[in-house]
Amino acid sequence: MSARPSTPDRAGAPGAERYRSGVIPYKAMGYWEPDYAPKDTDVIALFRITPQEGVDPEEAAAAVAGESSTATWTVVWTDRLTACDRYRAKAYRVDPVPATGPGTSTPQQYFARVAYDLVLFEEGSIANLAASIIGNVFGFKAVKALRLEDMRIPVAYLKTFQGPPTGIVVERERLDKFGRPLLGATAKPKLGLSGKNYGRVIYEALKGGLDFVKDDENIGSQPFMHWRDRFLFAMEAVNRASADTGEIKGHYLNVTAGTMEAMYERAELAKELGSIVVMIDLVIGYTAIQSMAQWARKNDMLLHLHRAGHSTYTRQKAHGVSFRVIAKWMRMAGVDHIHAGTVVGKLEGDPSVIRGIYDSLREPFTSERLDHGLFFDQDWADLRKVMPVASGGIHAGQMHQLLTYLGDDVVLQFGGGTIGHPMGIQAGATANRVALEATVLARNEGRDVWNEGPEILEAAGRHCAPLRAALETWKDVSYQYQSTDTVDFTATPTLG
Amino acid sequence: MRLTQGTFSFLPDLSDAQIQRQLEHALSRGWALSIESTDDAHPRNVYWEMWGQPMFDTPDAGAVMRGVNACRQAHPGRYVKVNAFDSASGWETVRLSFIVQRPAEEPGFSLLRQEGPGRTQRYTVRGYAVERPAGRRYPETDR
Repeated sequence: MSARPSTPDRAGAPGAERYRSGVIPYKAMGYWEPDYAPKDTDVIALFRITPQEGVDPEEAAAAVAGESSTATWTVVWTDRLTACDRYRAKAYRVDPVPATGPGTSTPQQYFARVAYDLVLFEEGSIANLAASIIGNVFGFKAVKALRLEDMRIPVAYLKTFQGPPTGIVVERERLDKFGRPLLGATAKPKLGLSGKNYGRVIYEALKGGLDFVKDDENIGSQPFMHWRDRFLFAMEAVNRASADTGEIKGHYLNVTAGTMEAMYERAELAKELGSIVVMIDLVIGYTAIQSMAQWARKNDMLLHLHRAGHSTYTRQKAHGVSFRVIAKWMRMAGVDHIHAGTVVGKLEGDPSVIRGIYDSLREPFTSERLDHGLFFDQDWADLRKVMPVASGGIHAGQMHQLLTYLGDDVVLQFGGGTIGHPMGIQAGATANRVALEATVLARNEGRDVWNEGPEILEAAGRHCAPLRAALETWKDVSYQYQSTDTVDFTATPTLG
Repeated sequence: MRLTQGTFSFLPDLSDAQIQRQLEHALSRGWALSIESTDDAHPRNVYWEMWGQPMFDTPDAGAVMRGVNACRQAHPGRYVKVNAFDSASGWETVRLSFIVQRPAEEPGFSLLRQEGPGRTQRYTVRGYAVERPAGRRYPETDR
């Protein structure tokens, strides 16, 4: 059966017949090409499709290809004014998703691969890419649900993007911090503190041993703390802590605002005050992010991105956009830091999914790894590396797990795990830093930190009372919930 | 104050045996080790004095350790650190860097403020040690 009214198949029919007015299946319109071999310059998208009852999966895939490229609901003669074969996206492969369909609790789903010619996309524009691939098609009635799982971006297209303004290598050289994850915390409570009290939290945390403190995503310019006040007190705190420790310190000043003009104004004050980093929220939109990325490159500023809002469309497995796609887009758009999951914290994050996302942010080349949710080989064309940020419900006692899962090039953010320390904020920061350095030291010595982590931390606590207190306070905290966004393939895939 | 630059400054000073194990780790990753010292540990002083060249062809942690000791002897009052440099594509930078000697007394840094318009401040971090000329900053011990 087809998604459209049943009509004679016109595929391969001569022009006059193919373009006769009326409604025909997408497959017959040229959006299904099982023999198509994608070109190196094609953008490829992998969709998870749940077709409506009775809709043939190939027709559903063709419909997705059609609605995300040239098609409309009926035949239009004006296609014949164009070299329309080139502009049509081509669905070229459909596979059933493992563990869906009859005998499972999930309706049958399919992975569909769709190739798009490079001509369809404007250079250097995530907005244009997104408007094509996820613009209209997600509301399309012939599919019950649709999720953009992954994308292969051709090198030719990547080279039109600036990428991260700073990148992991240059960030570390500027900070003069090597060989360990960076440490951060979000100032808490996130709302209500005056500028002066807010700066106190920043000063204590940085002096105690953190590298960064962070504004929360919803800190803008509210009645209790206008943005200039926040910036002035925050930079006093940063500079005091830097002088006290001899280290470079930073506070992510959130410049998210209602207009680009307001964001530029805030970023300019951050620069004038000597901040090394500014912050934006994902909700400002792709174009605003790219504008801030250019500003950051021009002004030698680290650009921190909080992924505020993403879970509304990334979390559910059947419908939306996978966060790995958002992460790839943000590497192209150009941010230096992006919140990308913790595995062990309070927020959603399956270890294999997170691994695939971290690799996409940090590696020069990622190979197809179905068990990590990566469906394509991806050459990153020397785009700089993005530093992932792990934040949300983590504490010093998990340091060995965090280091094992996430590696060295990550910012570990302990908000409650710093500010909620029973001996105070400085002690909380010191506990985290000591736990981190002790674990890195032990790992470098060849010890099995995954299994010996607790005793390594306990030994480090013998010369550090704040660490002892942290381990005692949070020893029973864990978040044992099933992730909703998991991979579909195990390490030895049977499909794909 | 205790200068907390470097990967392990929040731990008690590393013993020579601990240092050697970190050197072995770096060599096992294919990184080249180098030794640097300074009497001006300002956070933005990225160019400490090199103790010879980075040891691209030294596969032996013991040899590097002898270099560390020679540098310590020559500059007993300076900060000394070991860097591990990775020349692999996509990195081409330091991957590990830690302090292996500090002066007996660490005077730290002052924060100078200059008032600007609109409550803004211009901040300058200045090391107390650099109030003396180079070479005479830690007079009891440096030569």
